[in-house]
Amino acid sequence: MKVKLAGFGLVALALAVLPFPLSEFRTVQLATVGAYFIAILGLDVLTGHSGQISLGHGAFMAVGGYTTAILMADHGVRDVWTIPIAAAVAGAIGLAAGIPALRLSGLYLALATFGIAVVLPTILKKFDGFTGGSTGITLFGKPAQTGHGVGVWGLTNNQWLYALTWTVGAACFLLAWWLLASRFGRSLRAIRDSELAAAASGVNRAAYKVGAFGVSAAFAGVAGSLYAINVAYVSPDTFPIQLSLTLLVGAVVGLYGSIWGALLGALLIQFLSDLVGLVPHVDTKQAGPTTLVFGLVLVALMLLLPLVLRLASAITDRGYSRGR
Amino acid sequence: MTNFLQQVVSGLASGGIYGSLALALVLIHRSTGVLNFAQGEMATLSAFLCFTLVDHGWSFWPAFGATLVLSFGGGVALHSVLIRPIQRGPLLGIVILTIGLLIAINGFDTWVWGGAAKQFHGPFSTEPITVGGVAFSKQDIGVIAVSLVVVALVGLLFTRTKLGLGLRAAAVNPVEARLVGVRVGAMLAVGWGLAAALGAVAGVLAAPSLFLEPNMMQTVLLYAFAAAVLGGMDSPLGAVLGGLLLGVLLNLAGTYVHWIGGELRLATALAVILAVLLVRPAGLLGRSLVRRA
Repeated sequence: MKVKLAGFGLVALALAVLPFPLSEFRTVQLATVGAYFIAILGLDVLTGHSGQISLGHGAFMAVGGYTTAILMADHGVRDVWTIPIAAAVAGAIGLAAGIPALRLSGLYLALATFGIAVVLPTILKKFDGFTGGSTGITLFGKPAQTGHGVGVWGLTNNQWLYALTWTVGAACFLLAWWLLASRFGRSLRAIRDSELAAAASGVNRAAYKVGAFGVSAAFAGVAGSLYAINVAYVSPDTFPIQLSLTLLVGAVVGLYGSIWGALLGALLIQFLSDLVGLVPHVDTKQAGPTTLVFGLVLVALMLLLPLVLRLASAITDRGYSRGR
Repeated sequence: MTNFLQQVVSGLASGGIYGSLALALVLIHRSTGVLNFAQGEMATLSAFLCFTLVDHGWSFWPAFGATLVLSFGGGVALHSVLIRPIQRGPLLGIVILTIGLLIAINGFDTWVWGGAAKQFHGPFSTEPITVGGVAFSKQDIGVIAVSLVVVALVGLLFTRTKLGLGLRAAAVNPVEARLVGVRVGAMLAVGWGLAAALGAVAGVLAAPSLFLEPNMMQTVLLYAFAAAVLGGMDSPLGAVLGGLLLGVLLNLAGTYVHWIGGELRLATALAVILAVLLVRPAGLLGRSLVRRA
């Protein structure tokens, strides 16, 4: 436990000083990594620990992003205060989605959530009075709500966005850590490993599985909200099916169930294209090569799954139970 | 009435495409128990292959035939190299692997052919033919004809040949099939090959009306899933009927229910998926294999 806390402290310190030597551009990129990180944490809770797959987590991010955008654009709310509201709205929708999900076995839950993520942009376009349709909602030019140009604590705009995202990210990380080490997390893992054994031990399966959906969606909502604040713009194309699949890759890279791995997954999502660009004669200005490598990484990870699972259980699962 | 008939025929044409892809999904689901999320992108890749052959001066039908053969080979290779090694692992692992394939093939297509939409000239002209005052597009009629012929051929293969018997045996009861001398591994590989070829049919038929681009089949995949779920995930006949039914249903809903229009077409397909899964998981013709958690 002490070692883990020390590790957390070191990473947090590194993240805190990181933007100062970096360019504004990299700072923005790293702020986006923070949003991915939070979404992947949420996906870890759901898929890694409760064993329910979601191919549509981008949809919950969209709920959070649009909650923030609508509150800021139409109701003049300060950006920071929209984050908890986005979490609450996405969490509530997650709880509601968790109930029908109880009736679907893994394969069909994957199908249903995939469908939701594919369909979501068309629904956002349909209800354009509320969502701004295909044009989306712009959040630029609102200094009173964003603090842009005002300067908070002497930080530049981008440094402020970075600080905001990663402060929330650290809070989410500690929350996920605590949740997963508590009775809640133990119950989820018991259900994942054997529903029958969990039920026989008195774990309320339905409540915990729905709860996992709610928590996971709330994390994604926070991530979507921060994403919207960072980009200062949301549109149906901000949250395509590719985003949901990308998050899944991030979660798988996070060795399923390791919340530290979420950081690695989030970094990979943002910086894989830079890595691929190092290969000679490959032009990463177009998305193709990066996407190809991204898919191949996932394929390779699944082929190595038996090994990965063994590693993951050796590294992480012991840690959670020992910590208490 | 005229409009109604036109909508039905064009719905059957899209339905033929959905049905072909749904049949591919069902073949794989029946034998391997997996939902192949890469089926749509595999079909797009096949369509790009056909496009490239035609672009190099081949005429359409030879190019189409070559595409089917190549796709079949690709499907067999895919099963042998990627699926077979983890066949005994958790099912969701294989499903996630197909998602990796989806992403990888999409990236490959974008890399090689670019993201811009391409005009793909099919074998059928788009000009209308008029029957009893109702104008049908030749392309729609052609698409319906080709998809029905292909589906009928697959049906004959399964019911009238020894290979088909082996395929069915391997899917229904692999252990006993192996005991009576069916080479189950080879049968599963052939199943993936057939699915890839069926997907190629869907992709090549869809390309002229949808414009060829890397994301072309993403929505079609969802329609195909809806068709397969509607017909019953383990019923090949159900998949084809489900496809035709869905195509007509979506067209009519889009035309006559103003609120749905063209915009909520995809959402309607999702509603079909959710409704069937929650109310009657076996679908119209399937046996109750879909397990409720």
